[in-house]
Amino acid sequence: MKINHILALGLMLSASGLAHAQTPVPAPAPTEADGGGLEVTVSDDSEWQDLGIAITTFATDADVPTRTNAGTTGALGRALSQVVAADLKNNGLFKPSGPDGLPQPAYGQVQAPDYGTWASRSADMLVQGYVRAGGDGTITVGCYLYDVALKQQLVKGGWQVPPSDWRRAAHKCADMVYSRLSGESPFFDSKIAYIAETGPKGRRMKRLAIMDSDGANHRYLTSGQAMALTPRYSPDYSKILYLSYLNGQPSIYSYDLATDRQTLIARTGNPTLAPRWSPDGKWVLYSMARSGTTDIYRVSAAGGGTPQRLTNGPGINIGGSYSPDGRQIVFESDRSGSQQIYVMNADGSNQRRISFFGGRAATPEWSPRGDQIAFTHIAGNLRVAVMTPSGGGMRHLTDSWQDEAPTWSPNGRIVQFFRTSKGSGTASIWQVDLTGRNERKLPTPVGASDPAWGPVRP
Amino acid sequence: MHTSRSFSRSTRVGATMLVVAGALAISACGKKAPAQLPPEPGPATSSSSGGGDMGMGPVAGSQADFVAKMMGADTIYFALDKYDVDAEDQQALGRQAQWLMQYPSKRATIEGHADERGTREYNLALGERRANAARNYLISLGVEASRLNTVSYGKERPIALGSDEASWAQNRRAVTVTID
Repeated sequence: MKINHILALGLMLSASGLAHAQTPVPAPAPTEADGGGLEVTVSDDSEWQDLGIAITTFATDADVPTRTNAGTTGALGRALSQVVAADLKNNGLFKPSGPDGLPQPAYGQVQAPDYGTWASRSADMLVQGYVRAGGDGTITVGCYLYDVALKQQLVKGGWQVPPSDWRRAAHKCADMVYSRLSGESPFFDSKIAYIAETGPKGRRMKRLAIMDSDGANHRYLTSGQAMALTPRYSPDYSKILYLSYLNGQPSIYSYDLATDRQTLIARTGNPTLAPRWSPDGKWVLYSMARSGTTDIYRVSAAGGGTPQRLTNGPGINIGGSYSPDGRQIVFESDRSGSQQIYVMNADGSNQRRISFFGGRAATPEWSPRGDQIAFTHIAGNLRVAVMTPSGGGMRHLTDSWQDEAPTWSPNGRIVQFFRTSKGSGTASIWQVDLTGRNERKLPTPVGASDPAWGPVRP
Repeated sequence: MHTSRSFSRSTRVGATMLVVAGALAISACGKKAPAQLPPEPGPATSSSSGGGDMGMGPVAGSQADFVAKMMGADTIYFALDKYDVDAEDQQALGRQAQWLMQYPSKRATIEGHADERGTREYNLALGERRANAARNYLISLGVEASRLNTVSYGKERPIALGSDEASWAQNRRAVTVTID
């Protein structure tokens, strides 16, 4: 197993064909290394934060210029380790130290750590890495996780990336460390679509924007001439569905990220709202308002075909989020007189209400793990909450004046949502883990709402 | 009589207050009409196109004329999470219909809105439902259906900017805007 791993890594470092090479062994599971008492879940986070993780500046064989925006390979090594440390720290899972204030391993030490030094610094875990510039401008990054007490390498990975994607290599490293220590699926190497908001409350400009999961590589996609709302990344990141007032009437468009062109998802003559993808990207859900009622429709993402109506009133039926297996859809309806959450089969059959607690319940999103549904609970204030797919175990994750529209991290461990300030109406994107304890505001250049978290990138 | 634009606007605002006060007296439940104008009223109407005002008052049959004649009745208000057209709304819509019948070539868009205390997507659907309720009532009064469009802005275009009951009551509205 270990030899395969090393061989695979060697192969990776010499391969030049793949632009986005990834760690070849998702679950290395070297049994000897599992004796470190790491069998805790992330929901039970107290022990995690006590785990001392030292993250050192990534070393380089030669400090040479790169085509990245970080500078030379030496500077890039530092930047890479900072991204790894920020990923692990900002999500509240660990309290890593470094790279500032820690010894910098030499290139030769990356695969032969000085365990004594790290033991004396009370580090339990050690992350080391290297960066090398390829002749064709590509960047090669290696990442290693060591158990200091066991004096053992737990996992390693290597990635070759184009210069513009250097941060992805750091996110892959953070994902590898996170997955190895927590047993959970990775999520850092992912992107978020959202709505950037500027201007006064009465006439606020709302633009479609995207960013990496840590807020980096921010980019506006629309000018703000037409109001944009409620984006959703396609599972392969090639498109974004969103609502635009482009032709005066709110309608769902599909924005193609390769061509920057957009097309109407359905020509209905009626307003279309609340776009959603099926997990396999083959179907699109949208809601259409007509004659005072709103219903949910399903249409092929490839275009063509007759839209199939999944709900048939009464009232407002809107949204819709597929279960990970694509068989069921959780959605919102006020057919009972107030907004509540319902589940149906993907063909619209067997519709049944699942939210039975006080207040209203809205914007349900099925966890990628399948075990939870995140939603907005409206009872006085608006709060983000979770429940099981059968409507049990309701728990609030946030407690503020107005938090709404949760979106799941790719691994179903964190939700992002947007928070509106009373009075000013200023919106900002926040995230919170399933414990409800680790809450954090995301750095965005301007006001931000409607986050939509995409899957982990391949 | 001097009928400058500013004069007609101040008249209109005054009249709006009167209408509002009257509405409060009528409906004791206080479903909608705010007790007073909000602290930051913003523009007097949600729609802008002023029309051909040449210093002699609004051109007859223009949007400006419609706004001036309606004296606040271009907007109807709704209770929390509601979209029903009550007696007071019917009065306002009756005045709108009268004007629209007088200018049969005019088309209008009814803008539906919601207050900020709801989720974004639902409020878009709710705004549509409110605009549609107003449209249906106008049609029942004889206005040609093909002349009336609706558009919902959900909670995205508040006219009263506070985060309080009075502001929310002002924002739960359907505004008829004629197209010049």
